[in-house]
Amino acid sequence: MLGLGAAALATGCGSEAASPQATAPQAKLPDKSLAVARHVDDANGEAQTTYTDATHYNNFYEFGANKSDPAARSGRFAAHPWSVEIAGLAEKTGRFTLEDILKNHALEERVYRMRCVEAWSMVIPWVGFPLAGLLDRFKPLASAKYVAFTTVERPAQMPGMADRILDWPYREGLRMDEAMHPLTLLAVGMYGRELPNQNGAPLRLIVPWKYGFKGIKSIVKIEFVESMPRTTWNVMAPDEYGFYANVNPAVDHPRWSQKTERRIAGTGFNLFGNRIETLPFNGYAEQVAHLYAGMDLHKYF
Amino acid sequence: MVFRDRIAATKPLVFVLCLLPFAHLVWDAMHGTLGTDPVAQLEHRSGDWALRLLLATLAITPLRRFTGWHRAVRFRRMLGLFAFFYVSVHLLIYLFVDLGGYWADIFEQIAKKPYITVGFAAWLLLIPLALTSTQGAMRRLGRHWQRLHRLAYLIALLGVLHYYWLVKADHREPILYLCAWIALMLARLRARPRADAPRSNAARLRT
Repeated sequence: MLGLGAAALATGCGSEAASPQATAPQAKLPDKSLAVARHVDDANGEAQTTYTDATHYNNFYEFGANKSDPAARSGRFAAHPWSVEIAGLAEKTGRFTLEDILKNHALEERVYRMRCVEAWSMVIPWVGFPLAGLLDRFKPLASAKYVAFTTVERPAQMPGMADRILDWPYREGLRMDEAMHPLTLLAVGMYGRELPNQNGAPLRLIVPWKYGFKGIKSIVKIEFVESMPRTTWNVMAPDEYGFYANVNPAVDHPRWSQKTERRIAGTGFNLFGNRIETLPFNGYAEQVAHLYAGMDLHKYF
Repeated sequence: MVFRDRIAATKPLVFVLCLLPFAHLVWDAMHGTLGTDPVAQLEHRSGDWALRLLLATLAITPLRRFTGWHRAVRFRRMLGLFAFFYVSVHLLIYLFVDLGGYWADIFEQIAKKPYITVGFAAWLLLIPLALTSTQGAMRRLGRHWQRLHRLAYLIALLGVLHYYWLVKADHREPILYLCAWIALMLARLRARPRADAPRSNAARLRT
């Protein structure tokens, strides 16, 4: 029951007119479908990954380290009600319900390539809105140079947390200009429906030119900070996972190559011919390369 | 069919059992039931069986020494050759299914990526062992045969390392394999006749 106000969505694109009263649980849409204001294909018309594949092959270690764990073990996770704490260097901070977070934003569908640091990739139609629009609402101060995100911690509902594979809670971060980039999306759905638990319900980040682990799931905290925040994978293995984590075929992971990737998309017999070349910035160089002008990408990987 | 003894009669069964994981893999590949990332499935499953069979081969010696079931050694060659078979299948899948049109990258990968380097080294080292697995080769090589085939311990360790290095964060499974390897190594050392033991005793243990 995405309180996202089923009503607002049903009337087409969460417009500002959506009243909080319209979010009664009874208004839940049986198929959890979302109405979107516009569709943008930012993946060059490439074949999309099937819904089943995109929702049954996930890295969400809070539910377990196997790719099939999140789909199999996230049934107990309650994505509603939900609230997000906005903290740090901004004029407006505090705790906001998911409905508050979403109410001023028209949902759009964006088809993006998703490149995992493990050298496989998918093409997924996300439903969400630009993060910039949300961050602006809280009026970040000039001293805010980075945005830090935190995933929810609920060991009782997230069986993978019993294993201390990562240092929970999961944390990610972006430089302010990355966070404000129009490609950076806060997603609430995929394939026209609400996000399933295993894909980061009810609210997750999508940064298509970065490796997938930057796309933090089930966000409960967004903080404006002055210095580069500590991020989970970077803390765990700083020589393997950088803060930037921009998709870059020229910079290998120390243990495996990043030059090519195995594309998981389409249906039917799919054993051969899945390997394709990885593109700088995952094919979004034209839109984002300027953010890193003059930076040594081998050093700031 | 008439078999020389019970071991000989059991061998075809063990052969079929060793072939089952491969048959299962082929079946899944043909029916498209390998899941979302079929190539990774093929690689992981063939690799798992390669490791298991390598360790099973190494388990024969301690098994004989501790249970006194000396004839278990007659399964060792088959297990070892199946280990070689699964390692080869694993490599071929990587080369021709996974790398596909990029198979020439293998040379760069072998040179630069430690997990590929050790995996490939393990396969290379298995070749002379497979080639000298015949009775004839055993006779010709004499005592050198045993020395050569101790490489199996190193090969299994390389296999475990290969697995450990490719895992992103959850090392529990490769560590299990490592523990199995260490246990087999210790069992072997313990089961070994002491250098100062009487000759006759050592000879008895070796049979």
